[in-house]
Amino acid sequence: MSRDRTPQLLAAILTAVVMGGLALPQWLLFILTIACAQGLVVLGLNLLIRAGLVSFGQALFYCIGAYTAGGLSRAFGISDLFVQMAAGTATAALAAFVLGFLLARYRGIFFGLLSLALSMIFYGLIVKSETLGSTDGFNLAKATLLGMRPGEEWLRFAVLVAAASATLLAAFLTHRYLRTPLGRLGPAIKDNEIRVEYMGASVRYAIHVNYVIAAALAGAGGALAANTVGHIDPEMAYWTTSGEFVFIAVLSGTGSVLAPFLGALIFGAIHTVAFDLSPYTWQMSMGIVLLAAIAFLPDGLWSLFARRKTA
Amino acid sequence: MSQIGPVLVDGVIYSAWLFIAAVGLTLVYGVMKILNVTHGSFYALGAYAGASLTGAWLAKGYPPMLSYAVLLAGALLATLVVAPAIERGLLRFMYAKDEVVILLVTYALFLILEDAIKLVWGVNPYFVAEPYALLGSFEVGGLKYPTYNLILVGLALALAAGLAWVLRGTRVGKLLSAVIHDPDMSRALGVNVDRFYLVTFTLGCFLAALGGSFTSPTVSVVPGLGVDVIVLSFAVVVIGGLGSLPGAALGAVIVGLVRSLSVHYLPQVELFVIYSVMALVLAFRPRGLFGLAEPRRI
Amino acid sequence: MPAILDAQGLNKTFGAVTAAQGVSAAIEKDSVVGLIGTNGAGKTTFINMITGYLKPDSGSIRYEGRDITPLPPRDISRLGICRSFQIPQLYSSLTVRENMRVALGVLLHNAGLGGFFSLGRPNVPGHGAPADEVADHILERFGLSAYRDRNAQVLPGGMRKLLDIALTMAAKPRVLLLDEPTSGVSAEEKFGIMELIMQAVKAEGATVIFVEHDMEVVSRFAGRVLAFYDGRIIADGPPQAALRDPEVQRYVVGTLNA
Repeated sequence: MSRDRTPQLLAAILTAVVMGGLALPQWLLFILTIACAQGLVVLGLNLLIRAGLVSFGQALFYCIGAYTAGGLSRAFGISDLFVQMAAGTATAALAAFVLGFLLARYRGIFFGLLSLALSMIFYGLIVKSETLGSTDGFNLAKATLLGMRPGEEWLRFAVLVAAASATLLAAFLTHRYLRTPLGRLGPAIKDNEIRVEYMGASVRYAIHVNYVIAAALAGAGGALAANTVGHIDPEMAYWTTSGEFVFIAVLSGTGSVLAPFLGALIFGAIHTVAFDLSPYTWQMSMGIVLLAAIAFLPDGLWSLFARRKTA
Repeated sequence: MSQIGPVLVDGVIYSAWLFIAAVGLTLVYGVMKILNVTHGSFYALGAYAGASLTGAWLAKGYPPMLSYAVLLAGALLATLVVAPAIERGLLRFMYAKDEVVILLVTYALFLILEDAIKLVWGVNPYFVAEPYALLGSFEVGGLKYPTYNLILVGLALALAAGLAWVLRGTRVGKLLSAVIHDPDMSRALGVNVDRFYLVTFTLGCFLAALGGSFTSPTVSVVPGLGVDVIVLSFAVVVIGGLGSLPGAALGAVIVGLVRSLSVHYLPQVELFVIYSVMALVLAFRPRGLFGLAEPRRI
Repeated sequence: MPAILDAQGLNKTFGAVTAAQGVSAAIEKDSVVGLIGTNGAGKTTFINMITGYLKPDSGSIRYEGRDITPLPPRDISRLGICRSFQIPQLYSSLTVRENMRVALGVLLHNAGLGGFFSLGRPNVPGHGAPADEVADHILERFGLSAYRDRNAQVLPGGMRKLLDIALTMAAKPRVLLLDEPTSGVSAEEKFGIMELIMQAVKAEGATVIFVEHDMEVVSRFAGRVLAFYDGRIIADGPPQAALRDPEVQRYVVGTLNA
């Protein structure tokens, strides 16, 4: 196996962001930060996909994270990005710990449908809640970082650096997890679940763990998105949001912890370009890209870079 | 309780609508094992086609009483233009692939169709209310109900009866059972399975379009119409059992009643309860109340 | 002589099919037992019940005196009873080495080693070396080194069998159940594979139960033979005696002059 260069790559990317970020325009800083948020969700989703489970309900945890951040901001005046992300991670992980007991018993399309149903339940809860602003949602105050409030010109850059740090750390930790015995079980479960059990490992336990990690990452992403956009609404729990995450996952492939971020960037780029060209055809462009990815790059964009020896 | 009457009437009407909207989805899944996300697109297509065609029909001064036929024609036309093209042009190359992959393909198509609709019909709302207003209203227990809703109920019943007859009483229906059971064997025995798939898919999409078309006189037809319908249809067919037609009926009745109860007594929980039922069914009886599909569950 | 594995009165029917009728056998520690019988006679069902994949309708299975009948495959594997498969069960999208890493990883995980918070490269329990070294060592032992980085899917038949067995033996089981270890393999290779397995087993000391259709292989390696027919054990004894048993001759070996 080729020497693992991932940690170095992660460090290099962080350095590039910190050094180059100052030269980038505000709108690009914003997009990059959102790509971090989406990338986090898909980083987690990929853990499940590796095990053969496509969740159509990651928006549930994304939204839980977002509303946790929102709640902290609105109810307690806490606008620190790191605190919000940590809290979002925790609440989402807790929810997934409970739900995982049920979900870890499902496979295939039923896993997808149940995860979808759970996210729609949450959607149903918040969309009708007057206190939470119904369909409008509500706003969050601007971010503070470690007690400091960055100046207007610095805000986006500072948030991006903070986001990138947290995100790349999460990617590094996930990478490390994937190299542990438990982390290695994903593809084995996908290929031959029975063999895994016969080897003496619990498939349900492994899936449960992956589900919780995926939720934690989605919660972090949701909190980050909430803080960055400055606004949350129930749409974040809707099935179309889950669909976007699956879209990015298909685009990225599961080949590396860096893949989701590449996928999110490309997704953001296509979205921006297509929307600028014609606001009425950007979805169509996305649909065509998705079809192309499914047809020509079944292992995602990352398979273009990976040098896996297969046959 | 004086509220029971209206709750039941509303429940029946909503159930009828849900059945029409969802039955095509369960049909396509039952035969082809595909969860067709474009089902929502066809609902929207039907709504747009029905509304715009009827609008044009009425503008030309043709008899309004025939507008119902126009609604039907609109749904049929929209389906025939798009569905066979999708099935023959793309889906049939995907049949060997995993269920989830096919679902993602239909999701991609859904995205494409969402914008295709915008390109054809623009983004302004269509509101062609004549077929609805034409029939006036009737009274039940002191409350007025639009007579149009009876058409929905009648349509639902006709569809249920028609589908049941085709599947149980005709040779085609029996062949379909064989195809569902074992497509490879059927092919080996000379059944034109490809044609069955094409017809089933087109029929399933047509039923969605029909639902959209006949709903269009009661709503403002806007982009994104299909987005809510598809996930609601998922709930209905999951509750009843993927692939089961009686299941779709039962699912529609359950969701319809639940919704009606919620709207009348506690509106905030409407969606919450519907999807909770879906989750509960998946948790305790994943194959659905009448389900044929074997749930993949350990 | 102590029985490490004791099956008593196992019964199992699937609808109209009787897969096991009153199957009883006490397996001695460190013995080598061959299971023979035609297809459908109940050999694999026997293995499936021992390993927890199937629950017998009645009867019990004891391992070192402990009742293991209700346990699932995962728990039974952790107790030291492991099996290989008639049709090799591999992780097809992973490379041969990755397959082995999964197996060794499970051993580490079950011992609480090598987890997220651990530092360095812990030794795999029972092997005394880190996982990557052990993996290469085992693959070499089984002649699979050349295929290390190839996907399990593309392995030729004999190699698939070997990998399947290697994965099973990576756990250093106390009781090793092999379902047709030499099927799908050429005549010359059959003996080679069994020699390889027996050598590996000898070093650790383990009880071996293997299903086999080739009577020469059975005679050569088994110290005891259990012959199955129609869900029952129709003969139980040393190979020379069992293979000459008239019923065995008739129902298993297939000769008519019984």
